[in-house]
Amino acid sequence: MPDWNEKVRRQLVDLKLAPGREAEIVEELAQHAEDRYRELKSGGATEVEARRIAIEEIGGHQLLATELRAVERLNAPEPLILGAASRGRLPANLGQDLRYGFRTLRKNPGFTALAILVLALGIGANTAIFSVVNGVLLRPLAFPDPGRLLMIFETTREFSQISVAYPDFLDWRRQSRSFTDMGVFRSDDFNFTGSGEPEHLAGEYVSASLFPVLGVTPLLGRTFLPQEDRQGAGCAVILSYGFWKQRLGADQNILGKGLTLNAASCTVVGILRSDFRFRGNAQIYIPIEHWNSFELHTRETRPGLHVIARLRSGVTIEAAQAEISSICKGLARQYPKTHAGAGATVVRMKDDMVGYIRATLLLLVGAVGFVLIIACANVANLLLARSTARKREFAIRAALGAHRGRIVRQLLTESVLLSLGAAAIGLLLARWGTSLILAAAPESLPRSEEIGIDPYVLLFTLGISVVTGILFGLAPAFQGANANPNVSLKEGTRGAGGGRHRAENVFVSVEIGLAVILLAGAGLMMQSVWRLLRVDPGFNTRSVLTTEVALSPNVMSSPPGIRLAYQQLVARVASVPGVQAAAITSLVPLGEEDSETLFWPGAGPQPPQDRTPLALFFIVTPDYPGVMRIPLRRGRFFTERDSLAASPVVVIDEVMARHVFAGQDPVGRQISIMMLGPVRIVGVVGHVKYWGLDSDDDAKIRDQIYFPLLQVPDQFMSAGVSGLTPVMRTTPEPMTVVSGVRAQVAGPTQDQPIYSIRTMEQIISGSLAERRFTMLVLIIFAAAALLLAAVGIYSVMFYAVSRRTHELGIRVALGASRQEIVRLVLWQGVRLAAIGMSAGLVAALSLTRLIARLLYGVRPADPLTLTSVTLLLGGIALAACYIPARRATSIDPVIALRWE
Amino acid sequence: MEEKPIDQEWKKGSAELLLLSLLEALPRHGYEISKLIEQRSHGALRFHAASLYPLLYRLEKRGWIQGRWVEKSGQRRRRYYRLTAEGRKVLASQRQGWQAFVEAINRITGVENA
Repeated sequence: MPDWNEKVRRQLVDLKLAPGREAEIVEELAQHAEDRYRELKSGGATEVEARRIAIEEIGGHQLLATELRAVERLNAPEPLILGAASRGRLPANLGQDLRYGFRTLRKNPGFTALAILVLALGIGANTAIFSVVNGVLLRPLAFPDPGRLLMIFETTREFSQISVAYPDFLDWRRQSRSFTDMGVFRSDDFNFTGSGEPEHLAGEYVSASLFPVLGVTPLLGRTFLPQEDRQGAGCAVILSYGFWKQRLGADQNILGKGLTLNAASCTVVGILRSDFRFRGNAQIYIPIEHWNSFELHTRETRPGLHVIARLRSGVTIEAAQAEISSICKGLARQYPKTHAGAGATVVRMKDDMVGYIRATLLLLVGAVGFVLIIACANVANLLLARSTARKREFAIRAALGAHRGRIVRQLLTESVLLSLGAAAIGLLLARWGTSLILAAAPESLPRSEEIGIDPYVLLFTLGISVVTGILFGLAPAFQGANANPNVSLKEGTRGAGGGRHRAENVFVSVEIGLAVILLAGAGLMMQSVWRLLRVDPGFNTRSVLTTEVALSPNVMSSPPGIRLAYQQLVARVASVPGVQAAAITSLVPLGEEDSETLFWPGAGPQPPQDRTPLALFFIVTPDYPGVMRIPLRRGRFFTERDSLAASPVVVIDEVMARHVFAGQDPVGRQISIMMLGPVRIVGVVGHVKYWGLDSDDDAKIRDQIYFPLLQVPDQFMSAGVSGLTPVMRTTPEPMTVVSGVRAQVAGPTQDQPIYSIRTMEQIISGSLAERRFTMLVLIIFAAAALLLAAVGIYSVMFYAVSRRTHELGIRVALGASRQEIVRLVLWQGVRLAAIGMSAGLVAALSLTRLIARLLYGVRPADPLTLTSVTLLLGGIALAACYIPARRATSIDPVIALRWE
Repeated sequence: MEEKPIDQEWKKGSAELLLLSLLEALPRHGYEISKLIEQRSHGALRFHAASLYPLLYRLEKRGWIQGRWVEKSGQRRRRYYRLTAEGRKVLASQRQGWQAFVEAINRITGVENA
């Protein structure tokens, strides 16, 4: 006899029934088949025939499976048996949820488009900000084991971080045990000639140890050998990939060839890889011992050298700090004149590069997070409004036996679908937004070339879209799942569940509260920038052009030649049409560089260093105050007669006059300047806000000394003053004279390029770049928040009015006037806005403190800002409520009362 | 008049009624039900296992009938279905509806009882 059990069971395989249920069905049907088989046989059928018929009747052509599937699907889920393997219904249901979700969303294209758009804005903005944070803060530096790369700075009484004297670096390197090795670098400019047009190059002087410390191997050739990093050795040069490719046509045979740099021939020994990114955009690297300056081998100055060290494995950063500090104590004992009170501080390389911008970026992350929450609240409200219309649907599903969890899951699937759709559009917005951010970002934004959309950004977008989908879907989902089928089916679509409107109101209030915070932040930043732009920097910033120049290598060989070359340069620039006056200075206010000198009153010997003050030290030509319009307070400024032939003179600023001479006239008095000796003060000029429009008042070094270029002694008149900046006052727009200046500066030999051409206004604006950037982004976010909040309150009021049509109709029928109806509706909206605004103001009071660092002349709790923000938002909320309120007045009581 | 097999759709619509009717008097198992339908319709109606049991399960799920395994001495256990109280009500109303339906059809088609 056939095995009927087996025959039946085979029919049921695809149904994936609960094991218990399957066994029952198998038993019952097998019995039936067996009975039928016996009956057929006793009726005279052959065994083969009987078997064929019986088998066909229990399920030929999959009939049984098809019929059962329809019935058993409605079966209760399989009971959970601990330890039993799950038979996973989830994937099947998920597919069903997804299909159903797609269909539902497609049925309401307007709703779907609006929701996706709102969310795409939020997700796109968040992705854009995250891609910046990812590139700048999160991504590790592109060196092997970057966590062990450290920067070491010297510290003095005045500076918590200052560049390093080369002899100190050599001592650190010799004495320390915490590091595998350390290297040093110093940015400088190079004049590249001999291969077509003269060209200015950005370069770095580096110790031979630097590339090994970084762990960098070149694309071609090698890095520097220790013997190349010695005085007297032949000049070697390593090229950046970009320079090699663009300027030298990626010449494969370049190794061993010579390049003329600063009139010296340097042999190319290596080409760096294309992905090598170091600070700045150096095109060439030269061993530091080839830096031809007296400053390299003295401890008396700290000429812009920076030290990078690689921490030995197993050594903590604290231990390294302790060791380097103790080495510095030894140096301070050994060289009290220059090193009393000096020390060193160890900072992770990445922190040094991006640390200062971290707070700003995190602030923007917070702000953009608010935008996303507002977008979520908006969409949640849209979904809530829609769930009214879908109440019947949920009720029917519940009545048919759908579990609460099942309905919640269905609704969450729909909202996650929405947010995934939004993520796709958001990514496009983010690409666009990221380039916008990069365009607006301060030039100094570190690692900006590493910002882009990478797998982490994609993962982030996917993550936030799923989380947002769940976030904004939760309230509507539970609302839908809680629908009592009895009530809902009777009620129709008009009914109002109290909970739903509570949730709606909460969402709107939250939106408005967050909008208040963002608006307050944007308002405070705007005020700060506005106030800063009105700060008097101590000179006239309009119509001033600054540029840098690389002197012809021909004149660099002798100090008198350099002096003469600068004199001629000023005269030639001043003759350019449109240039009123021209001068040369070693330091441009609010620029990136600074230079200080020790000084003391009188002509006596230097007092101990900890009692010798520092002053900013400007080397200038006579017309400098005329170009910058720095007012002369007393005495005179320099003339052409203040040359090496005359006795040395200086001009000081009014801050130093007060500080050092306390009310007495400094003109005619003597002070001594480190390395220059005694000088006579001939004049006092106004103070220039050198350190920045906001920070100069609190700077530690505010005294300013001007020294005539023509009196710089020969021993310093070499590389030390090569980086002087021509500045000029122009009659027309400064940028219009650039070509004339370029032609005049090029000189008779046509080998003096100018570069870094900027107006003084650009420099000022650059000094505010971080603030402007923060302000701009906050304004954009606040505007988005304002728009979304307005849409939010509008849609809630719109639905509220539709819901109350019946009630309002009764009121109109009973004689309520139009004004009363408007007032009634407005009052509802105003109450919501007021709750949100009060909560937002309270939160703003504590949150705006986070941007206190970026504020200027305005307190975080500035009443004016907070009041204007409240008024603005209140006005917009009122306007958003007014349209629904107007709509309410047009209700026809007859229609409204009939409306069921 | 020409003999025609009873239409499939009619059969489907009335199957529930048939099953409930057969269980009205006493509990029966599936094979018995299928035999009774065949016999009492003189072979005009036949329910194969593939459609009979899914229908039974459906009715059971609705709570109109209830199945129970019964063991009789010397026999294998069988699953007997009995009408529930709710099923009884449904049967009454379906029966009424059916009669009304048949009468209505008859009035229109002019088929008269002999």
